[in-house]
Amino acid sequence: MTAAAAKAQPALTQQEAFVQFLLRMGDNTLILGHRVSEWCGHAPVLEEDIALANIALDLIGQTQIWLGLAADVQGEGKSADDLAFLRDAWDFRNLLLVEMPNGDFGQTLMRQFLFDAWHGLMLEQLKSSSDERVAAIAEKASKEVAYHFERSAETVISLGDGTEESHNRMQAALDYLWPYVGEMFLSDEIDAAMEQAGIAPDPTTLRDAYDTRVSDVLAEATLTIPESRFAQKGGRTGQMHTEHLGHLLTQMQWLQRAYPGAKW
Amino acid sequence: MKNEWPLWEVFIRGQHGMSHRHVGSLHAPDAEMAIKNARDVYTRRNEGVSIWVVEAAAITASSPSDKGPLYEPSESKVYRHPTFFDIPDEVGAM
Amino acid sequence: MYAQMIKSEATQDDPEKLAAFQARIDAGEKIEPKDWMPEGYRKTLIRQIGQHAHSEIVGQLPEGNWITRAPTLERKAILLAKVQDEAGHGLYLYCAAETLGISRDEMTEMLLDGRMKYSSIFNYPTLNWADIGAVGWLVDGAAIMNQVPLQRTSYGPYSRAMIRVCKEESFHQRQGYDVIRRMAEGTPEQKKMAQDALNRLWYPSLMMFGPSDKDSVHSAQSMKWKIKMNTNDELRQKFVDQTVPQAEYLGLTIPDPDLKWNEERGHYDFTDPDWNEFFDVIKGNGPCNADRLAARNKAWKDGQWVRDGMLAHARKKAARKHAAE
Ligand SMILES: [Fe+2]
Ligand SMILES: [Fe+2]
Ligand SMILES: [Fe+2]
Repeated sequence: MTAAAAKAQPALTQQEAFVQFLLRMGDNTLILGHRVSEWCGHAPVLEEDIALANIALDLIGQTQIWLGLAADVQGEGKSADDLAFLRDAWDFRNLLLVEMPNGDFGQTLMRQFLFDAWHGLMLEQLKSSSDERVAAIAEKASKEVAYHFERSAETVISLGDGTEESHNRMQAALDYLWPYVGEMFLSDEIDAAMEQAGIAPDPTTLRDAYDTRVSDVLAEATLTIPESRFAQKGGRTGQMHTEHLGHLLTQMQWLQRAYPGAKW
Repeated sequence: MKNEWPLWEVFIRGQHGMSHRHVGSLHAPDAEMAIKNARDVYTRRNEGVSIWVVEAAAITASSPSDKGPLYEPSESKVYRHPTFFDIPDEVGAM
Repeated sequence: MYAQMIKSEATQDDPEKLAAFQARIDAGEKIEPKDWMPEGYRKTLIRQIGQHAHSEIVGQLPEGNWITRAPTLERKAILLAKVQDEAGHGLYLYCAAETLGISRDEMTEMLLDGRMKYSSIFNYPTLNWADIGAVGWLVDGAAIMNQVPLQRTSYGPYSRAMIRVCKEESFHQRQGYDVIRRMAEGTPEQKKMAQDALNRLWYPSLMMFGPSDKDSVHSAQSMKWKIKMNTNDELRQKFVDQTVPQAEYLGLTIPDPDLKWNEERGHYDFTDPDWNEFFDVIKGNGPCNADRLAARNKAWKDGQWVRDGMLAHARKKAARKHAAE
């Protein structure tokens, strides 16, 4: 298919656009919650093990509501679980950032920090969404995410400004993940439709506040933000995920795929 | 230098109006992280509305051999307890 | 239970002090960290609480094995919250042991190099999703049997840790039973998984209570000190009596052809586990010993830079604050 032919696809209905938006929110929390849950039992110290599990639990809880609403709006009789466990990679709408592997603890916390900073700003805006269901989810989730941000920011600061080794590892994590930051602020016809309906903000409008938030913390962490603003993309549109997502889904969806229709 | 995170004692106020109560201990690099860890470890089942942490090493405790001198004198001062006094029923609640 | 075969330490203390100490215990008083205690009491407790703590932490691994494969969002959340609780249990218990003059890091290193043990049960694998049900139902069930009486143990910090742990445990057993029940009532494949899990985990669960009383040489002193509250065989019998009807309700078969109700005794008769297998597992030859220790060692080694980095930052921050004052 040529680029022109791709563009010629019929425009989305408002309902379809809304579902896409809800999937974007819910897939972010689903995939990141899954990633963070991989740490359980393996963290550097018990207190961090427990704290990471709390973050994952919040994210899984948010997933249940976002995907539940997506399924409702879609109106095909599906459940949040159907959406989580029975879609293939190309149907996922999460940011590439959240599907990146855990790497070391530093990379996990840097990914968390970069996401939390955006997530908090987004939810703050969604609290005044014209759709009251969205506003209600944002109200609940924003409290959880405020704490996630506080914790991940403080950890990034202390590891960035810790030992030489911890500093180097955090800088490496930032360099590795920075190209995945830009995708959070891309905007397409779905975002335009959401903005027009007063459901969600245009993501591009969050960038300035994000940069301030992130650069304050990273400065305190004595870390240097890479100069390039090049952005990897394809997650939130589903056009091109990383290779990592497929492996994650293989694990996550295995039981549901192997035993279709079983109740668990 | 020893590289284990220091031990902190955690005190939580369970409900508004109650005093803080010792709930347990944990390790953290500093006071700020100790508060966060306490939140994550000790309030998972909405047990708390307020957290205090204090480095275990900073606590001065009475020694067990002082038990007699410290606490027994108060045992003989039963008049400090309201139930010590008989109040006639006719007087009403007091 | 999570502390098996705890050797009680001999004690060479002033007989008069010993007698006074025993009198306090007999009177139901709690021993607190700063109180005088026999060296043997202290050392036995460190070994027992340490082993209990290690069991909670290593116990995260077999169940953690299924977190990323949990079949629904709700099951994933429940399992994660459950395994997180186990990390909390380890934490409470390490803190209790720390009041006896040993650090968590020291205990951790003793676990990692094999000087300290953890419960044999966690050296068995979790091979299908029903194992998650069976672990909660049987393993947490057996643990509760041991931990409930330990709430009354003589050592204050241990007793308080147990009270906290017990509050969280019944959630564990119930969620486990709920998982396996759903499967026992499910498709033929699910039912097969449930039976397979019970077949593999039944005898290892019975082993959790430790060797038979007649071979268990260290109990007497520990029971006198109230750091062991029941004999191994007592608890094992209680566990079997409680579990058999629960298995029957599920329509699952306990893998013991000689299991039957003994009217005279008022208990079930059952087959003992293979104690040779038990001692093999204790020696390090269980199906998962090497993997479990490798996973704990890796987490500890990989986490070193994190622990060091955060502490270094805390020290820098304190120094800067000090300089500014
Ligand atoms: Fe436990
Ligand atoms: Fe357990
Ligand atoms: Fe448990």
